[in-house]
Amino acid sequence: MSVLAQLPIPLPLQAMDFPWAAISPELVLFGVGLLVLLLDTAGEQRLATSFSAMGVLLVGAGAAVYFGETFGTREYVLCALVGLAGVLQFALTALWHDRPRTLGAILTALGFAGALGVTGWQWLVSSDPGLLFDNAAIVGTDSVLGDMFAVDGVALFTRFTVCISGLLTIPLGFSYAEERRIHRGEYYPLLLFAATGMTLLAASADLLMVFISIEVLSLSLYILCGFARRDLNSQESALKYFLLGAFSSALLLYGVALVYGVTGSTNIAEAGRAFAALDADRGLVITAMALLIVGLAFKTSLVPFHMWTPDVYQGAPTPVTGFMAGATKAAAFAAFLRIFVGAFAPLQWSWSPAIATLAVLTMLVGAVLAVVQTDLKRMLGYSAIAHAGYILLGLLSVTRAGISATLFYLLIYTFMSLGTFGVLALLERRTQKAVTLDDLRGLGRRYPFPAGLFALFLLSLAGIPGTAGFIAKFAVFRAAIEADQVGLVVVAVVSSVIAAFFYIRVIVAMFMDEEPVNEEAPGTGVVLAPLESTTGTSFGLAVAAAAVVAFGVLPGALVDLARQAASLVG
Amino acid sequence: MAFGLLSALIAVPAVTAVAIAVVPRGDHRSVRLVALAGSTLTLALAVAMLVRFSVGEAGFQFEEVRSWVPQYGITYRLGVDGVSLLLVALTALIMPLSVLAAWHQQDRATGFFAALLGLEAALIGLFCALDLVLFYVFFEISLVPMYALIGIWGGADRRYAAVKFFLYTLVGGLFMLIGILYVYFDTGATSFDYTVVLERLSLTDTEQFWLFLTFFAAFAIKVPLFPLHTWLPDAHTEAPTVGSVILAAVMLKIGGYGFLRYSLPMFPDATVRLAPVVLALAIVGILYGALVATMQRDIKKLVAYSSVAHLGFVVLGAFALDPTAAAGSVVQMVNHGITTGTLFLLIGFMYERTHSRAIAEHSGLLKAAPVFGGLFLLTTMASIALPGLNGFVGEFPILLGAYQTVPWAAVLAAFGVILAALYLLWAYQRMFHGPVEGHAVGMADLNPRELAVVVPLVVLMLAIGLYPDPLYDRVNPSVEAIVAEVQAATDIASTGQDAR
Repeated sequence: MSVLAQLPIPLPLQAMDFPWAAISPELVLFGVGLLVLLLDTAGEQRLATSFSAMGVLLVGAGAAVYFGETFGTREYVLCALVGLAGVLQFALTALWHDRPRTLGAILTALGFAGALGVTGWQWLVSSDPGLLFDNAAIVGTDSVLGDMFAVDGVALFTRFTVCISGLLTIPLGFSYAEERRIHRGEYYPLLLFAATGMTLLAASADLLMVFISIEVLSLSLYILCGFARRDLNSQESALKYFLLGAFSSALLLYGVALVYGVTGSTNIAEAGRAFAALDADRGLVITAMALLIVGLAFKTSLVPFHMWTPDVYQGAPTPVTGFMAGATKAAAFAAFLRIFVGAFAPLQWSWSPAIATLAVLTMLVGAVLAVVQTDLKRMLGYSAIAHAGYILLGLLSVTRAGISATLFYLLIYTFMSLGTFGVLALLERRTQKAVTLDDLRGLGRRYPFPAGLFALFLLSLAGIPGTAGFIAKFAVFRAAIEADQVGLVVVAVVSSVIAAFFYIRVIVAMFMDEEPVNEEAPGTGVVLAPLESTTGTSFGLAVAAAAVVAFGVLPGALVDLARQAASLVG
Repeated sequence: MAFGLLSALIAVPAVTAVAIAVVPRGDHRSVRLVALAGSTLTLALAVAMLVRFSVGEAGFQFEEVRSWVPQYGITYRLGVDGVSLLLVALTALIMPLSVLAAWHQQDRATGFFAALLGLEAALIGLFCALDLVLFYVFFEISLVPMYALIGIWGGADRRYAAVKFFLYTLVGGLFMLIGILYVYFDTGATSFDYTVVLERLSLTDTEQFWLFLTFFAAFAIKVPLFPLHTWLPDAHTEAPTVGSVILAAVMLKIGGYGFLRYSLPMFPDATVRLAPVVLALAIVGILYGALVATMQRDIKKLVAYSSVAHLGFVVLGAFALDPTAAAGSVVQMVNHGITTGTLFLLIGFMYERTHSRAIAEHSGLLKAAPVFGGLFLLTTMASIALPGLNGFVGEFPILLGAYQTVPWAAVLAAFGVILAALYLLWAYQRMFHGPVEGHAVGMADLNPRELAVVVPLVVLMLAIGLYPDPLYDRVNPSVEAIVAEVQAATDIASTGQDAR
């Protein structure tokens, strides 16, 4: 008898009960990303490639149907969808091959809208108390893909934030990308892949999944940052982001390994329980926490791990910066929440002082360094750092109120950052270079509409009442004071005042300084083109502005939503 | 419940401001007509409020309550008592006159009048708000249009002045926000409603001390109290005429109002404990403001420093913890609004003609423009607190009341009255008497529009000066209640200490 014969007879291929519904938003984003990518390749080579791509898809779908005898209805539907996508792709390229970018933009927008819709559906299902934990296949905090995912309130809310961010980035960036000649085919798929990584990160319930998601989103963003190939700043941005990102990923991985070594699990919840029960060596716990914190602090650009932020924000194409500032932050803070406020809450002694120190540094250094910037994108980069510090206040309170405040802040911040960077993209199209404070002089008189919107977003960032920024700041301050973190709030207040200085300095330049005598960009002698807003930009800015005002005046519904999200955390 | 009178008082100017801002390409003629109509309607509503206010009651009237952000316990609660009644009326009175005074504003008139009306809405809201967060919201919102008025339409150094004004107020406001949140959690985290908070508040001495300081930061900067006053002369000098008028007439009153509405009733023990310090600062402000005013070469800056001195009296009245003084303090806020507002208006009219505010460059204005000179003299006298004019009926009760509780402060403050006479009359003498020289040559007298702006204010100076009872009738019950509350709270504290 050979050894082989002793082996058990292989079982027929058993399809895992795959939680399609639970990760449907990711599937939509990723699927549309693939579709747009295929479309683009087809668009380049016209019909021949298009046919072959369709052929491959159809063959693949057919093979899947043939071999997968145990498939259920859902799998067939999926195969049919894939086939349909192939046909659709062929039809669309054939019809619209002369305007591939418009097609890509529309499909991407549909993808984000679809993901948003699916998330909304998940939300409706999950907010029905009878369904939530019973129907784990759809939404649940446990046993999705072997505990890799937690589709809880934090995940759902962050999906909203990321999808809204992506949805608004498209109209805001369209003309900008066209004019800078960086409107290449990979732009939209990369945006979608990055968003996939972000939503995955927000839903990760396992440290390995956290690592993988971070890689998915980071790799896409590295490329997006360097998208303006001919621009040295953009290259620097991508390289810097890549090197430091890789470094931080490595640290994160060390942290994961250490957690696994101590607790025997990479699952966040299990590791948390094991840590609490284990009475592990303090030094080991602190090291593990420190590595995890540093890894995530890089992504959320907390001081002193913020060095890359201004350079990357400055060099990346402006719409990408806007997307990055809001959505990446939302995803990374979601991971922060799930790991520290969720599972490792019993270990608060080990991470709370460290994160509190980071918060203080982040708030103060971000605000102070922003003051000395003259390049607006750098300034907003430092401002983003300071805001990450305010967001930490919500996290540090380690309460449900804190979680909801954090989520709320992140969504509001997304609107504000898309708005400010959207206006900047508009201005850059006029100046054809980086926008400095000097370029803004007299803008309010000549172009009251974009200048007024910019002022609105800046006032919101400064937290002036009547704008959503105030409610967001109020929410985190409230959560922090409830948790007796008055000292941190005092620091936040000091930081807010410093920050207000540079926000209003921009307003001063726009509305209070005299206009330059001739229509030249200061120092270059280049005659400025008139500022022309396209429909897409106006639409995107109007939506962001409407959100900033509406949630500033009547925030009730959104506050409720964030609260509900916090209550759905396992 | 339908929206009430106070909501209408806020909504009318707010809607007018939005209408002005949104309706495109209105030329300055149509814009100013809309602004005048909106502010006059607001004034009419304010008059209705004054008429319907039932005199002799201490509590809040015309109350409106509805939920705003129930998740955070923020309510939309409005109401006025005697104190806020007068300040709302003052705001509503000053605004149409300001619109009229800025009638020829052509540079970006849309934004200018929208800012004015928006400011009016925020200020009225601030005085009516009976929810701590609502108050904070109006407090900070009022910052934005004033910042724009100074920074966009101001003088040469306007950016510096505007930024300084903005940051100073923001600092104070944010510290107050911390205080508000702390108070909220101390009272069971249910509501920011002023009455609820006041009822449930139970703080230790240390907590009171720190919380008092957080609110004090906001109000002391607004008043402004020495040594936090440095933004004021800059803001006043650089602001356009109506900006200065509103700043002096209404916005400085936020501090005095805040002390009486929030600091005293909410933190009575800390008030008593810190009153000597506050009083000392107020006295320093009175004397220092007066001395610095004496040395000014710019008449507008002189009046600005005189504001520092006059507002010192308001703080003195509030912290003397005597009903007479506190009532005088409220009336003095109104009086200062009227007289200093008028002074700024007159200086503005003069500046439009001579393009100079330097005292030394004017001489013989009384001969050149007798109506202008006469009205200026009358207003100066009112500011000096000449009996028979309105300044007197505010300052005298303050000194009278303060003398009973803190005699040393009253005596020192009295020197301030003398100094006021010195610097104002000296300036008047240099500018208005003497030979007609320099800019005064050929200066036109006030035109009918300008008279229409100033005369109502001058009439009020005389009316209040001769018959102040209607004001005191409305203020007294509310103020007595506030002072009684402070005294009651501290009496309990002191008897408690005695028992121990």
